[in-house]
Amino acid sequence: MTITDEPQAGNETPGYKWVGTRPIRPDGLDKVTGKARFGADLVLPNMIEGAFLRSPHAHARIVSIDTSAAETMPGVQAVITGADFPSPDDMAPGDAFQAMKIMARDKVLFEGHPVAAVAATSRAEAMAAAKAIVVEYEVLPHVGTVGEAMADDAPLLHDTLITSGIDPAPDTPSNIAARNLLERGDLDAGFAAADVIVERTFTNKPVHQGYIEPHAAVADASQNGRANLWCSSQGHFDMRSMTAKVLSCPPSMINVTPAEIGGGFGGKTTIYLEPVAILLSRKANRPVRMVMDRDEVFKATGPTSGAEVRVKMGVTNDGTITAADVWMALEAGAFPGSPMGPATMTALACYDIANFRVEGFDVVCNKPKVAAYRAPGAPISAWGVESVVDELASEIGMDPIELRLKNPAVEGVQAPYGPAFPRIGFVETLEAIRDSDHYRSPVAPGHGRGVACGFWFNIGGNSVATVNVHEDGNVSVITGSPDIGGSRSSMALFVAEELGIDVDRINPQIVDTDTIGHTDVTGGSRVTLSAGKVVVEASRKVKADLCRRAAKAWDCDIDEVEWVQGQAQHISGTESPLSLAAIAKNAGRTGGPISFTHAENVRGAGAGFTTQVVDVEVDEELGHTTIVRYTTAQDAGKAIHPSYVEGQMQGGVVQGIGWALNEEYIHRADGTLDNPSFLDYRIPVASDLPMIETIVVEVPNPAHPYGVRGVGEAGIVPPMAAIGNAIERSTGCRMADLPMSPVRMLEAINERNAAAD
Amino acid sequence: MKTHVHCTINGNETDFLADSGGTLLNALRDDVGLTGVKEGCGTGDCGACSILVEERVTCACLIFAPEAQGTTIVTIEGLAEADHLHPLQETFLEGAALQCGVCTPGFLMAAKALLDKNPDPTETEIRYALAGNLCRCTGYDKIIRAVQDAAERMRTNTNGAA
Repeated sequence: MTITDEPQAGNETPGYKWVGTRPIRPDGLDKVTGKARFGADLVLPNMIEGAFLRSPHAHARIVSIDTSAAETMPGVQAVITGADFPSPDDMAPGDAFQAMKIMARDKVLFEGHPVAAVAATSRAEAMAAAKAIVVEYEVLPHVGTVGEAMADDAPLLHDTLITSGIDPAPDTPSNIAARNLLERGDLDAGFAAADVIVERTFTNKPVHQGYIEPHAAVADASQNGRANLWCSSQGHFDMRSMTAKVLSCPPSMINVTPAEIGGGFGGKTTIYLEPVAILLSRKANRPVRMVMDRDEVFKATGPTSGAEVRVKMGVTNDGTITAADVWMALEAGAFPGSPMGPATMTALACYDIANFRVEGFDVVCNKPKVAAYRAPGAPISAWGVESVVDELASEIGMDPIELRLKNPAVEGVQAPYGPAFPRIGFVETLEAIRDSDHYRSPVAPGHGRGVACGFWFNIGGNSVATVNVHEDGNVSVITGSPDIGGSRSSMALFVAEELGIDVDRINPQIVDTDTIGHTDVTGGSRVTLSAGKVVVEASRKVKADLCRRAAKAWDCDIDEVEWVQGQAQHISGTESPLSLAAIAKNAGRTGGPISFTHAENVRGAGAGFTTQVVDVEVDEELGHTTIVRYTTAQDAGKAIHPSYVEGQMQGGVVQGIGWALNEEYIHRADGTLDNPSFLDYRIPVASDLPMIETIVVEVPNPAHPYGVRGVGEAGIVPPMAAIGNAIERSTGCRMADLPMSPVRMLEAINERNAAAD
Repeated sequence: MKTHVHCTINGNETDFLADSGGTLLNALRDDVGLTGVKEGCGTGDCGACSILVEERVTCACLIFAPEAQGTTIVTIEGLAEADHLHPLQETFLEGAALQCGVCTPGFLMAAKALLDKNPDPTETEIRYALAGNLCRCTGYDKIIRAVQDAAERMRTNTNGAA
């Protein structure tokens, strides 16, 4: 076990022995030796393989499906279509949409929409049989963007969809699923008080989470209605309940065992394969494995929304932001549920603005249903707002950090979405960047420097932990939170700190839905906060029990016993201390096994903020933008394992760099996807990037025993605007459409040059 | 149609029957049981299935299984020697160079191929050598540092032995 404890800016680790150190993660050895079992790695006896037939059209009516040829092909064990599933007509609206997403019924609503599925003795046979299914389609006109979908004469995806959030409710269906409105103050008066007003429209295309592991699931259904499911997800309890709804069965009839997860970023919080694999397994009476290929991942799983965002903001010459008017429409894909809500709620959350209006629309279109993607919605609105804030600063001749420091969200300020902020660390992140070596160093000739900020709520939610003390005094800590980026280490560190024993004596395990109580998804930046809280509480129950047993052994009052450095001590010093191992050895004679569980719907998530600075160099002949230097400061509350905190910050930034410069779904005129591969949908590679410098800011969350906030999300919020702002300062081109690819940069540079002529 | 393939994998003489039109990736995972070799794309774009074939880093998804006939192959399962981790495995663990870990086997094999040829690479050389391996979690920072640390450790060990 190697422990390093390098000093971190802002990380003072007062009084902690383990929290704030950097032990090797407990699951690390398996992951560097190829032993770790991910979703596609499981093999069961007698297992067969499944494959989908998917829609080649963006929008079409299914006239007929003929599976007869497929059913007699070699190796085929089961063929299913929408008709094999419970009818969505009998489900609540949200569940019905989920059921229709899993398998099309009378219409296909996006290219890649599943139409049928086959299980056969090999994947090749299953794919060949799927191809042999004959589907007759009547192709319908499709809508690809919010503009097309919101047009008065737009073709409708769902003829029953009535916009929610408008009073009175519209009496005709549309493609607008929902509207959200946040308002405060007097907008007209706010703009009247401004010396400078900037107004711009911004757009972005759908971008994919891009996890390297495609979706995978193995199902083994029994004839008594029970089913075992193994899958790679961010939350196996949610997989279970969603799957049960699609299959109209009680969730407790399904036991879901989590595989190691090969990246998710929000995209593995929903189901695609699971109910299909169970149904195929039930029909074939054999275990069925389903694994997507990359083409399927791009075409049929959640990107995040393409969107249009209009931002108008006003500022006085001395730097007071007086008003903000933000309008946005986000693509949901084929079914309602874009991150329009959080996009509106986060849009202005960094600032204290007296007068504002934020209006958002959730719009369906003929693309895959979006899924959560890191700080869902927040990067989309921040792209517009943070670009305009930068322009305001330029217009009044003020440093962009200084302008933000004049209008920051601080403790007591009412967030645009409702509650007053408790203690938060936004100002500290601004100051950390302002005082950083990066920001204080001169901008190289020809380069541009940009700054932007980001906010994410962070969340709490349901978590359960059991702490078991083994007969040798070592400890297992059991949760239901899939480890997506090193959280096992954090859980072990909490137990080590609480019990005062070495972290390598602690074995963190993540178990199936039959073995631990309901646990919400790994997402929203909740695991270190919420699972961490229940691990701490369960550990404290263990500690109290150990003291009780020592008191019994010493025949003294429990108040005379204290737990110090992994052992019970009598405050008088008259008794020999009892180590954890010594107490554990005699557990059977002192009250039975030492095992405690804590379950809680954890509240008190602490909001997270980040400020980032980037230097870019734009090649004006090629339109190519190079990231020269990047520094991010983020408030973690408390960094439990600083390496993995830095890793979250760096990973979020680089996903944002990809979103800013390369990544986009490119659709053909017929609504089909033109770039469903990693060759053509280009995520950042190592040679695109510099090191990503991190400053971990620690303003403790007062509601958490160790001050944790959560760090997974906020990092992806600022990069698009930070890079756009840097490009503007380098080239004079204010970019409004993502990605700022070489093609778009050249267009902007040519326009600039034409205007100068 | 199945083809009998004989090769050396991780030091062991190995025989397997492969689909003639199947990839070496599928054969390694499904027929030989080496599931440490990961599939991220199946089109040679992500590097998750990187292995060494005749000491050259290769995407196992881009070659047919029968092409492995008579070759010497090293996969992630063969990187450590008995219970001694390769220095790259050590520095990836110590430097937290993995988050989800699914790209890690491919990165380790590609990095081994680099360091075997170039024991003292610059940061830029490392970044270009690993540009065919996608990681979506880390932003590459800690991976690059882990390779730098391993290179230094290997040079020190070599010099120490000499």
